[in-house]
Amino acid sequence: MVLRKYFLSTEFFLRHSTFSFLILTCYKLHLTLNPQSTLAMRYNLPKVKTGIEGLDEITLGGIPKGRPTLICGGPGCGKTLLSIEFIVKGATEFNEPGVFVTFEEKVEDLIANAGSLGFDLQKLQKNKKIKVDYVRIERNEIEETGEYDLDGLFIRLGYAIDSMKAKRVVLDTIENLFSGLSNEGILRAELRRLFMWLKEKGVTALITGEQGEGKLTRHGLEEYVSDCVILLDHRVVNQISTRRLRIVKYRGSLHGTNEYPFLIDENGVIVLPVTSLKLDRAVSSERLSTGIASLDEMFSGKGFYRGSSILISGMAGTGKTSIAANFIYAACKRKERCLFFAFEESPAQIIRNMKSIGLDLETAVKKALLQFHSARPALHGLELHLSTIYKLVREFKPTTVVLDPISNLISVGLINEVNSMLLRLIDFLQSEGITVVMTSLTDVMEERVNETVSSLVDTWISIKEIEANGERNKFLYVRKSRGMKHSNQVRELIITNTGLQLAEIYIGPSGVLVGSERKERKLQKLRGKELKNQELRGQMARRRQEDGIPHQARQRRRR
Amino acid sequence: MAKKQQIWELRLYVAGKTPKSVLALRNLEKYCETHLKGQYQIEVIDLLVQPQLAEGDQIFAIPTLVRKVPEPIRKIIGDLSNETKVLVGLNIRAVKK
Repeated sequence: MVLRKYFLSTEFFLRHSTFSFLILTCYKLHLTLNPQSTLAMRYNLPKVKTGIEGLDEITLGGIPKGRPTLICGGPGCGKTLLSIEFIVKGATEFNEPGVFVTFEEKVEDLIANAGSLGFDLQKLQKNKKIKVDYVRIERNEIEETGEYDLDGLFIRLGYAIDSMKAKRVVLDTIENLFSGLSNEGILRAELRRLFMWLKEKGVTALITGEQGEGKLTRHGLEEYVSDCVILLDHRVVNQISTRRLRIVKYRGSLHGTNEYPFLIDENGVIVLPVTSLKLDRAVSSERLSTGIASLDEMFSGKGFYRGSSILISGMAGTGKTSIAANFIYAACKRKERCLFFAFEESPAQIIRNMKSIGLDLETAVKKALLQFHSARPALHGLELHLSTIYKLVREFKPTTVVLDPISNLISVGLINEVNSMLLRLIDFLQSEGITVVMTSLTDVMEERVNETVSSLVDTWISIKEIEANGERNKFLYVRKSRGMKHSNQVRELIITNTGLQLAEIYIGPSGVLVGSERKERKLQKLRGKELKNQELRGQMARRRQEDGIPHQARQRRRR
Repeated sequence: MAKKQQIWELRLYVAGKTPKSVLALRNLEKYCETHLKGQYQIEVIDLLVQPQLAEGDQIFAIPTLVRKVPEPIRKIIGDLSNETKVLVGLNIRAVKK
């Protein structure tokens, strides 16, 4: 028993001691590791700005400096264009000369392709800012016998880098070596050596690779280039194509992990990372008139906040566009610039229609205060719409933007895609301090857009049309309006030749009266007043007749 | 025979005196002596000395043998250890016969 007890206790002690030893070593490890890890957190990986709009934001400053980065994706996803822009921007904006080695296209073809993005490679080549080198690998011209290495390529590249003092290198697409040469063993060893050598050279390299099945690249280049891998993707959903970019990995750096849509237009590649939902923008407490006096009244007589987002929802033909037009008309009168995105009507149509309610938008257009941009939603994908809006907003610098109607965009994308696009758009516009008015057609189907968008907007005006007593009447009410006192009442919206008016609806013993009933009631009221007045007047007249008798006498007589 | 006047212009690209390059040159000289005696010129270009020449002949592998004349240009990469392949590549045997 005693022995056993003793045994147990020693065992316990032993166990305990190992345990404590473990804790101690852990703590020591922690102590030794922790300063390193905090250092690693603080130590910022040197990065190189690509100069590609948006990409530097997602990568939090660019791609790793002095290291190779892999760009992979299927055919036609924009790998080459992205790398051309990397080289060109380096040469033009960051004073970093670059070498572009192409294994696919001839130099002339490449120059022509880059020309479509507005990059003049020829001029840059002449100015010794960049060098384009075409490495032609033609299998039927080449016979392989025995051992060889790729020193020729190294020397060529090294010569180009040294003569240009290049900081940037693109290898597009190095995998072509695999189709030209049969000895894969040599190739793999040489590629590994090449990437090591590039690191030694201290150049920031972009290496493109064709996407393989189940792999990032067809020949597994990601094995060798593993510091930063960017995947490009070109997807067609419902016949509308969207390009997307994702950072698969980025060793030693934080980065955005989402798939970001990107565009290739005449200015190059633009990545749209605008999902920053940081709610830290500056706000204005300036109030802007809605352009309709009676609507201003509903917002404690002042109207909307500057830089807020306003949603006007309603059924077809309820005057959504008219309300929006009134607002921009008022803005134009204040000599502010407005941008009108019409997804349904042409500018001429809108101008004509608004003339019928007494708004002269044409003069505003002529004075360059108002700019229209009409496009069918199906013209291109949502992302391209978004980028067009971005671009126009940046160019025109408006204070007010109208999107009429946002519900139409559903025809191009899925509901959640539209929502995410609108979210980014509203975010962008508000960060620029631009007031945005959106109209939305409500229907059973599209009520959902409103639901999600409505949480983003600051002010939501809803218009309903109700048919009763053989007539249709429009009701307007403010569903919400953040940060201001607003009327809780339903008003009747009346569209006249001279403009929009909101009338208080009549609530009487017989219920809510609108339209002609309200008018009648008003008349009745007036008539009643008149009758009363007449009666009063009659009374007065009678009194005056009696006034012939002196006042005191009359008093006396009454007594 | 007219063909006997044909001069073969061969260029061998190397990068320094690596074993592969030395082997390639030795192999090439051996084949030329046996098959093209007196009808060939071998120019050895060391890319370490003249790196700018790599681009002109589209050199990426070392060693590379380029047959400039007769046309068309043919290239053989490697240490040229396989005689038959080299001869087929340079189209030598067919000319000899």
